[in-house]
Amino acid sequence: CAEILARSNLAGVRHILLVLSGKGGVGKSTIATELALSLRHSGKKVGILDVDLCGPSIPRMFNVQDNDVHQCDSGWVPVFVDQDKSISLMSIGFLLEKPDDAVVWRGPKKNALIKQFVADVAWGDLDFLIVDTPPGTSDEHISTVEALRPYKPLGAILVTTPQAVSVGDVRRELTFCKKTGLRVLGIIENMSGFVCPHCSECTNIFSKGGGEELAKHAGVPFLGSVPLDPQLSQSLEEGRDFIQEFPKSSAFPALAHIAQQILDGTSPQSS
Amino acid sequence: MAEVAGGPRPEGEGARRRRAAPPLPQYLCSSSLFPLQTVPGPAAPRRAGPPPARDAPTSGSARPAPPLPRTRVREAPGGRGQPGWAGPCGGGASRGGRGRALPLTVVAPVSPAAEAAELRARLRSVKHTVLVLSGKGGVGKSTFSALLAHGLAADEAKQVALLDIDICGPSIPKMMGLEGEQVHQSGSGWSPVYVEENLGVMSVGFLLSSPDDAVIWRGPKKNGLIKQFLRDVDWGEIDYLIVDTPPGTSDEHLSIVQYLSAAHIDGAVIITTPQEVSLQDVRKEINFCHKVKVPIIGVVENMSGFICPKCKNESQIFPPTTGGAEKMCQNLNISLLGKVPLDPQIGKSCDKGQSFLSEVPDSPATSSYRSIIQRIQEYCDLQHFQEEKTI
Repeated sequence: CAEILARSNLAGVRHILLVLSGKGGVGKSTIATELALSLRHSGKKVGILDVDLCGPSIPRMFNVQDNDVHQCDSGWVPVFVDQDKSISLMSIGFLLEKPDDAVVWRGPKKNALIKQFVADVAWGDLDFLIVDTPPGTSDEHISTVEALRPYKPLGAILVTTPQAVSVGDVRRELTFCKKTGLRVLGIIENMSGFVCPHCSECTNIFSKGGGEELAKHAGVPFLGSVPLDPQLSQSLEEGRDFIQEFPKSSAFPALAHIAQQILDGTSPQSS
Repeated sequence: MAEVAGGPRPEGEGARRRRAAPPLPQYLCSSSLFPLQTVPGPAAPRRAGPPPARDAPTSGSARPAPPLPRTRVREAPGGRGQPGWAGPCGGGASRGGRGRALPLTVVAPVSPAAEAAELRARLRSVKHTVLVLSGKGGVGKSTFSALLAHGLAADEAKQVALLDIDICGPSIPKMMGLEGEQVHQSGSGWSPVYVEENLGVMSVGFLLSSPDDAVIWRGPKKNGLIKQFLRDVDWGEIDYLIVDTPPGTSDEHLSIVQYLSAAHIDGAVIITTPQEVSLQDVRKEINFCHKVKVPIIGVVENMSGFICPKCKNESQIFPPTTGGAEKMCQNLNISLLGKVPLDPQIGKSCDKGQSFLSEVPDSPATSSYRSIIQRIQEYCDLQHFQEEKTI
């Protein structure tokens, strides 16, 4: 019976994408956020499920960190970013009494909440559900992939930064995808180069090209390089819509291109 | 150089020691770590020569017996159904659903009290323990841990150990230039991998056979390995034990604090970047420290401003929209150990496995790191002093 109920809550979701990275702080939540915004601008309805239980960033990136989750007949009502309800979010950040509360949980508790997140959130009809994950290949990841398996996720987007230390961890994440049978939609290289706003000199702060090389090496698509862009970090800090407000910035073309590839990849199926 | 000769397997020697080498844990040998491999050849060493010569550390203990003939910490696949084997995905794994994740079974079950006593005995020779923590990933925990280790080990009279408990994303081997190194087993336990005579390193990375190997483990197995890192590694006499952690406030963190409580934790250094998105996670980590009663040595703000190498103007790539670490420290009454600017050379040195401190001694980031390391050292010395007074 619970199974049937669970089915009904995700039944209206057409495509499920996971954003993964072996490494922390490479921009998983940033990519999830900007991808959601880009897809919204293409007229899609998008949900983000944030399964990073110890360090949820999604609520702040949409500036809805003070919202609460409500209950309805079919489960938990996600938090809507706008009145049109075009983007809906679920994160442990909405469930904490105080924003600075630490979620000091071992695996089993995290697993239980993730199961609930997958089964009990009343997403309604969505074109895309983006699942933002914590770094690593542990409890959260295993549980998420297991819980989502019946709903046949479209695949995973892997995010890395260019330096070898990060690429090394993402190689492990590729192995995780292989072993769990999760299709890799592509690799994104984030924080790839910084253009000095004063002199326009491009510095590769975290080196360059590691993500593209890894994609070639692993034989998976490379979705693009997103440069370091202070306007992007600023927008995320303040929870503003970067895609709408900064179409001339250096990160915009890359982000738009990534979203387009996801749309292209899903359109034959939807038509 | 005895180890190259592949001398007689010293069974007698093992027996003579007070504590025999721990058996390689079942779960490390099980196929969960190396499931995609073909059957490995018999202990095929990657390096033909001996490991870098390491004499007994200067501390004078008559410790490390030469490592035994290379014992690789792996075995042929086929651990299906073994106790302790947790499939990549528990029951629902696509690769044939090889059985439910089982709880870690310790080889010989011991009571918690006995275990704590054992850990305490093992850690008695550790003078100072420093945890490097952050709620947020990718802020520079491993970079800082590596540099702290290098910085402290610059004093040849000090013995430094660097323990990497990021089980799913170990970065320390690469940053210390130890990629591809393996752990050896000696009569008194696993030998750490030495960068310098007085700087030993241990990481799950040394137990993996390929850079593609993913450690897809749930909590209990991670905890088991962390315990082994403390109990079964022959660290010897240590002045500083530096523990590099993964992001978050979960299994690894609870376990290391629990296991180290048998000894003593001087305190935690918390790393952050200037943006609020990072600070909000770091505040959680600070609350975690309060909860588990780990003193906070202070906060380091990493990636704090970037100076263009061409025009020398500074940009805030990760803008401190809420005042950065400085404001947070003021509000929470914690000391700010320092701010380290972004320097492209840092990442490069890490990738090459070199110490940024000695590679680029004149960078502003270097002087900033050095002053932070010094403050940590002073903090530890003071702790030691106070302890002696109370005793």
